[in-house]
Amino acid sequence: MINNSSGIRKTDVINRRMFIIGAAKLIVFSGIVARLFSLQINDNKKYLTLSDKNRIREWKLPPTRGEIVDYFGNIIAGNLKVYQLHIIPEQVENFNYLLTRLKNLLQLSDREISNILKSKKKLKPWESIIVSENLSWSQFLKINNYLYDLVGVKPVMTISRNYPFSDIYTHVLGYVSQPNEKDILENEVVQQKFVPGMKIGKLGLEKTLENYLIGTNAIQRYEVNAYGKRINQLEHQKGQQGSKIRLTLDTEVQKLSAKLLLDKAGSISVMDIYTGEIIAMHSSPSYDPNSFLFGISKDEWELIRNNPLKPLINKTLSGLYSPGSTIKPIVALSALENNIIGPNFKVKCTGKTELYGQTFHCWKEKGHGFMSLKNAMKQSCDTYFYEIARLLGVDRLKITAEKFGLGEKVLGAYFKNEKKGLFPNTFWKKNNLGKGWVLGETLITGIGQGYTQTTPLQLCLMTAQIANGGYSIKPKIIVNNNPLTFNEVKKSIKEQNLLNINTKLVKNPKNLRIIQEAMFSSTNEVRGTSYRSRIDDKKYQFAGKTGTAQVKRISKRERELDLKIDQIPYNDRDHALYIAYGPYVNPRYALSIIVEHGGSGSKAAAPIAKELFKLIIDREELRDKQSNFEEINI
Amino acid sequence: MFQYNKLNSELSFFQKVKKLDFILIFCIILLSAISLLVMYSTDGGEILYHTKSHFIKLLTFFSLMMVISFFNIKLWHITSYFIYFVIILLLIWVSAYGIKVSGSQRWINLYFIVLQPSELMKIGIILCLAKYYHRLKIENVNSFTTIIISLSIIIVPIILVLSQPDLGTSILIALSGLIVLWLGGVKMKYFFISLISFLISLPFIISFLKPYQKMRILTFLDPDRDPLGAGYQIIQSKIAIGSGGITGKGFLKGTQSYLEFLPEKHTDFIFTLFSEEFGFVGSICLLLIYSIIIVRIIRIGAISRSNFSKLFCFGFAFAIFVYIVVNLSMVLGLLPIVGSPLPILSFGGSSLLATMIGFGIVLSAKINHKQMIA
Repeated sequence: MINNSSGIRKTDVINRRMFIIGAAKLIVFSGIVARLFSLQINDNKKYLTLSDKNRIREWKLPPTRGEIVDYFGNIIAGNLKVYQLHIIPEQVENFNYLLTRLKNLLQLSDREISNILKSKKKLKPWESIIVSENLSWSQFLKINNYLYDLVGVKPVMTISRNYPFSDIYTHVLGYVSQPNEKDILENEVVQQKFVPGMKIGKLGLEKTLENYLIGTNAIQRYEVNAYGKRINQLEHQKGQQGSKIRLTLDTEVQKLSAKLLLDKAGSISVMDIYTGEIIAMHSSPSYDPNSFLFGISKDEWELIRNNPLKPLINKTLSGLYSPGSTIKPIVALSALENNIIGPNFKVKCTGKTELYGQTFHCWKEKGHGFMSLKNAMKQSCDTYFYEIARLLGVDRLKITAEKFGLGEKVLGAYFKNEKKGLFPNTFWKKNNLGKGWVLGETLITGIGQGYTQTTPLQLCLMTAQIANGGYSIKPKIIVNNNPLTFNEVKKSIKEQNLLNINTKLVKNPKNLRIIQEAMFSSTNEVRGTSYRSRIDDKKYQFAGKTGTAQVKRISKRERELDLKIDQIPYNDRDHALYIAYGPYVNPRYALSIIVEHGGSGSKAAAPIAKELFKLIIDREELRDKQSNFEEINI
Repeated sequence: MFQYNKLNSELSFFQKVKKLDFILIFCIILLSAISLLVMYSTDGGEILYHTKSHFIKLLTFFSLMMVISFFNIKLWHITSYFIYFVIILLLIWVSAYGIKVSGSQRWINLYFIVLQPSELMKIGIILCLAKYYHRLKIENVNSFTTIIISLSIIIVPIILVLSQPDLGTSILIALSGLIVLWLGGVKMKYFFISLISFLISLPFIISFLKPYQKMRILTFLDPDRDPLGAGYQIIQSKIAIGSGGITGKGFLKGTQSYLEFLPEKHTDFIFTLFSEEFGFVGSICLLLIYSIIIVRIIRIGAISRSNFSKLFCFGFAFAIFVYIVVNLSMVLGLLPIVGSPLPILSFGGSSLLATMIGFGIVLSAKINHKQMIA
């Protein structure tokens, strides 16, 4: 068979076919080499990028929030080191044992324990569970002492917001807290910078200035494996702290305001009459914003929410009050400006006025007798103002009132909860209530009752603009770049070389002078409504106007009874108001005070002004020295 | 023992050693060394389970290869059918009592090794068909009976392997068998006809595939269709190879494998890891070593005087080639993912065992290349 021809032929076939296959193999191998070439050499860059994308992951860290300081540079919203406790589940040997140990050490409640177990289920085993966001120093020490026994526990130091003056700035600053979904969606900057555990402004300036305060995230780059576990750190990019923001507020005045309104519901606003800088703005009662940082307890929240004095409402900006007699300077000014009356115009007050069968009472039952403008202001005679309001008409009154800032937001965009208030006229009533204006309504508008609603800050601005000689100013709470000083503005007004921020509000400065004098006599002359709160020292002497705003219509019976304030139920008592400016000779500051259900303005509100003016004027020199403080761009 | 004496009377031990193909053996040792380095890398730069186990297997099976090579080629010729039937029996045993891992029943636990008989069948089928065509007269090659018999030899194991199910291995077995038919002289037109009828029946076959197999084919056509699911392996493998560049990321520095982005990095995707760490240059060198091995085997076939040796060597060379091509095409994203190991480099006892047995028989053919087989 060996030399068999068929055998040889077969061998030939095998060899020939082997050759064909060999050629095919060469082609296929070349194809593979070509593919390798295209992947590894042509597309190398593309795949390197993809491989880096696979393995490198960035972790954003919460940015450090900018500080907020008062006019003098005192930190009023700062950052504080806090001690936290994290558990890294994959490092824990015995989770139940660890929980029992922690429960004993930190006195954790059962709810907290179940929260830990819940988050353990949600997170990957190498992601840390936050057991406690804010450990006390002693708890932190305790944990560190027992650390050998607490495998998988990590004590962490981090930074948290802190409000050192607790409740005195709450209504201005607001507070920060964990954002909810809506908060994140609302603000693009927050969306970009959000990391779990980050806190954002929920209210007040913390919210409106979020984008300035927020800062930039620190970034840590880690190499991760396919399951997202960090293998090693590659790079750390430092974040930038948010901008520092300086307010115009003075902590000392703010503190005194809080003290004066202690246990009362009310508001104090103080403003520089030339620069518009708000020196104090306090709404009472307040609450501690620090409670919200780590989630407020339900009990504490209920306590704040159910307080009848309504601490959650910023009364300075969102509290709407009838101005009462504090509107009288504007009514008188409007009458003078419109040439309805002259400075010598007199009205006889008999204690009441009849109009179309309706009786309008003066606060003084027996009547004031013949009243001049100055005396009517000084003694706050209602009958006089009924008469000039009737002569003036509400539509002309509204024009003057609006010029002085009533019915408009004072700080505009900075506070979302600021209210516009309302100054009515015939047109407004027709449009909104669908009824025609009644003359009687003009009368009560003339003494600040009826439809008129003002915020305390509006009254403060109104007073400031009366005090500075009738020039509009732009109120502000944040110190911006190159702020105009008090002297610059004052000089420009004196030389009638007005800056573009100021416009003239009155036709005849003499008219305003009459009003100022009347306000002076109201405070500094015998029988003036706030005579008892006067300061004789020229340095502190101020001029003001009291107001007592009725909360409800006084019935005939009540009028006859003439009850003392303690005899009236709290919610039926009048609001006490007071507006003032000082020092009278060279005015610089205006203020408005309101004490809710405080009774009469002369008894409850005016004495507060006396205390305030002393402090404010004493601090004037210090304040002027601070004007060249380093500035921030806003 | 009786047969041993009878069959090896002509050559002494030293003569046999002299006649070994040292280039082939050197390449095998080189590949083994590379495979150990790569295993060391998959273990994260430590000598752990995979490295140790692979080392022991290499040592054992290399010794086995040497033992096989010292037997006369006649012995392998005589026992061919027997070996084939033993493997068929093992496959039947597997389908009845095999170990089931993630849905497929492919393994027998022999305590010292977990054996995958389908891997052995890759060699068994070449042996069996080589013997069948060795005896066949050239005139009868294209007769109806011959073709039916040889197709049956191929189809029986394929059905058994497909039922495990194991598509990858059955394709490799089919290709190994068909190449012997081709070498044996079966008419080209039959190949063309069956290729065409295969393509026509393809949709029909696809309807029989398991959902995961269909998914693999769809994924192959468009890996980005489902990047985190079925396409993940292909995409990650391409990223790893592509990011390797010309010289690679360096030994033990392959981020894709080190950070566990690569699936199956010990077995089917071993080349991916190698290529990521050693780059284009390394990959070409590896291909070169494989090419040398294939060329050496073909050369042994060419100088062999018996058709059995020729058919086996050529068949085996082609089989090795197919394993490499299928595996590389798969990891390079040129073919759908079918489980198929890379000879010697991949972790896995059965595949290594089969390959080494194949090399053993090739070396035996080399030693006895002048031997005629009746």
